[in-house]
Amino acid sequence: MSPQDSSSDSYESSLSGASSDVASFEDHHKGFVGRFHDLLHGTPALVPLIVLVAAVLIFGLVLGSNFFSPFALTLILQQVQIVGVLAAAQSLIILTAGIDLSVGALAVLTSVVMGQFTFRYGIPPFLAVLCGLAIGTGVGAANGWLVSKVKLPPFIVTLGMWQIVLAANYLYSKNETIRAQEIEQQAPFLQLMGTTLKLGGATFTLGVIMMVVLVFALAYALRSTAWGRHVYAVGDDAEAAQLAGVNRHRTLMSVYMLVGFICGLAGWVMIGRFGSVSPSATTGVIGNIQSITAVVIGGISLFGGRGSILGAFFGALIVGVFELGLRMAGANPQWTYLLIGVLIIAAVTVDQWIRKVSA
Amino acid sequence: MTTEPILKGRGLVKRYGRVTALDRCDFELYPGEILAVIGDNGAGKSTLIKAISGAVVPEEGEIYLDGQQVLFQSPIEARAAGIETVYQTLAMSPALSIADNMFMGRELRKPGVMGKVFKKLDRPAMEKFARQKLSELGLMTIQNIRQPVETLSGGQRQGVAVARAAAFGSKVIILDEPTAALGVKESRRVLELIQDVKARGIPIILISHNMPHVFEVADRIHIHRLGRRLTVIKPGDYAMSDAVAFMTGAKEPEKEAA
Repeated sequence: MSPQDSSSDSYESSLSGASSDVASFEDHHKGFVGRFHDLLHGTPALVPLIVLVAAVLIFGLVLGSNFFSPFALTLILQQVQIVGVLAAAQSLIILTAGIDLSVGALAVLTSVVMGQFTFRYGIPPFLAVLCGLAIGTGVGAANGWLVSKVKLPPFIVTLGMWQIVLAANYLYSKNETIRAQEIEQQAPFLQLMGTTLKLGGATFTLGVIMMVVLVFALAYALRSTAWGRHVYAVGDDAEAAQLAGVNRHRTLMSVYMLVGFICGLAGWVMIGRFGSVSPSATTGVIGNIQSITAVVIGGISLFGGRGSILGAFFGALIVGVFELGLRMAGANPQWTYLLIGVLIIAAVTVDQWIRKVSA
Repeated sequence: MTTEPILKGRGLVKRYGRVTALDRCDFELYPGEILAVIGDNGAGKSTLIKAISGAVVPEEGEIYLDGQQVLFQSPIEARAAGIETVYQTLAMSPALSIADNMFMGRELRKPGVMGKVFKKLDRPAMEKFARQKLSELGLMTIQNIRQPVETLSGGQRQGVAVARAAAFGSKVIILDEPTAALGVKESRRVLELIQDVKARGIPIILISHNMPHVFEVADRIHIHRLGRRLTVIKPGDYAMSDAVAFMTGAKEPEKEAA
């Protein structure tokens, strides 16, 4: 039984004369722009890093040692610690091609839970913090279940959850603030993340250190573990990932639950930063937009599957540098918002260019 | 043919609402052969393939792999049993590298603490394996195995997908329209690849609309019509026009023992 029997058409026989190098990976000569493009394609956090370094240098040159001091530079870290932690959480969701509008509200709710559990029920602060983290994880699980199992769009799920969490936060706390003084006297553990460490002129808080450790741990997990590859694959093309053997549901649930947990950490960092526990902290209303801004400036694609969490961290820092730098320069704060708006649009433009494969 | 089929379906039924996609369908694949499955659009051949690869669970009927009855609830289970499928969509993540894609869902971890505690992937081992599998199939000269899949051409992607299936498919490889999106030259390359895989003793199920390709590589041709197997022919015994006539219902095959 010969495969080349008479019924076989022979229109392909002329191929024998054709060149046979069909599929080779030979690098074409691309020139400087092409190679730069390839580099950016492979290392998406490079663009925000360049912007960050440039911004620090420019403000440093203009403002001199006022800005270019250990004190001012570490002050930026302290100012972005809450947004930085939320941006790390937001990055995970956006990598799966979702979006989370509830992160800020959830951070506020968990901080309120930590405070009220301690002061209303007399639970030891350590356990109250654990309760806060657990409730954050639980709300994240609810988001994840609705997105993955009920298959609702993440935008809708978290838009609803944002309102639910924010309202629950006011109802539960009866809109009462727990003052910093009381916490300091009776439950200093709640303010642990505000503990400062001084190194020369530089001031670090535990919250800042936690943020940096969190970002690097997540960067490692995303780059070097199977779970991280699955997060990217699900965000890139969920259908394909599933056919290739990725458990889409489990990956999404793990991401949303982890994000809820990180929001709980952000709530704990908030207590350290502000000293008090307030249900009306602005993070509840603008935390989501701030974190999305950092993620977008950091070059993570809103379509999912592309970008690096380090980029989001740099994005948060860029916003912090602009805020502090322009304030020190005595500019109207509206300039900050205007420039950040420009940065957002520029970042997405660059992202589109990077995504063009055959440039 | 006195050998036992490696993969056997008996009386498979699958309905979508009021449409019966599989109507008490039988199916056999013998060791070391290339079985082509052809049929008109809507004949139910994709449903048949999905039932075998675990993407669809049949309502009735049995599937036997190596004489053992199996019931796959998901493609992951079918894969674990040694059945690999190259889907028409290829099921690859464009932004990830060739090696990452080849090992998607079955990644290798570093030995020792780094792998156990920190779950670190063994990238060098995965890249070495991927490179080896690609060149084993005489596939391509690779400059960069870390290259994202989206930077490859259609033929190269198809090649990577076939290499992935060939690397891990220990029992059966299913190819769904592997040449549909390819040019003449690239199709030829994929057909050679299919022959290479067959030469290594792994049976292949090939779904295709391309009659010349089917008649060239297939040992037997399963003609699917109205949700069931109409007949199985050998490419030497019939002309392409007969096969087309059978699958469109223009001609009835003589009764024969399948």
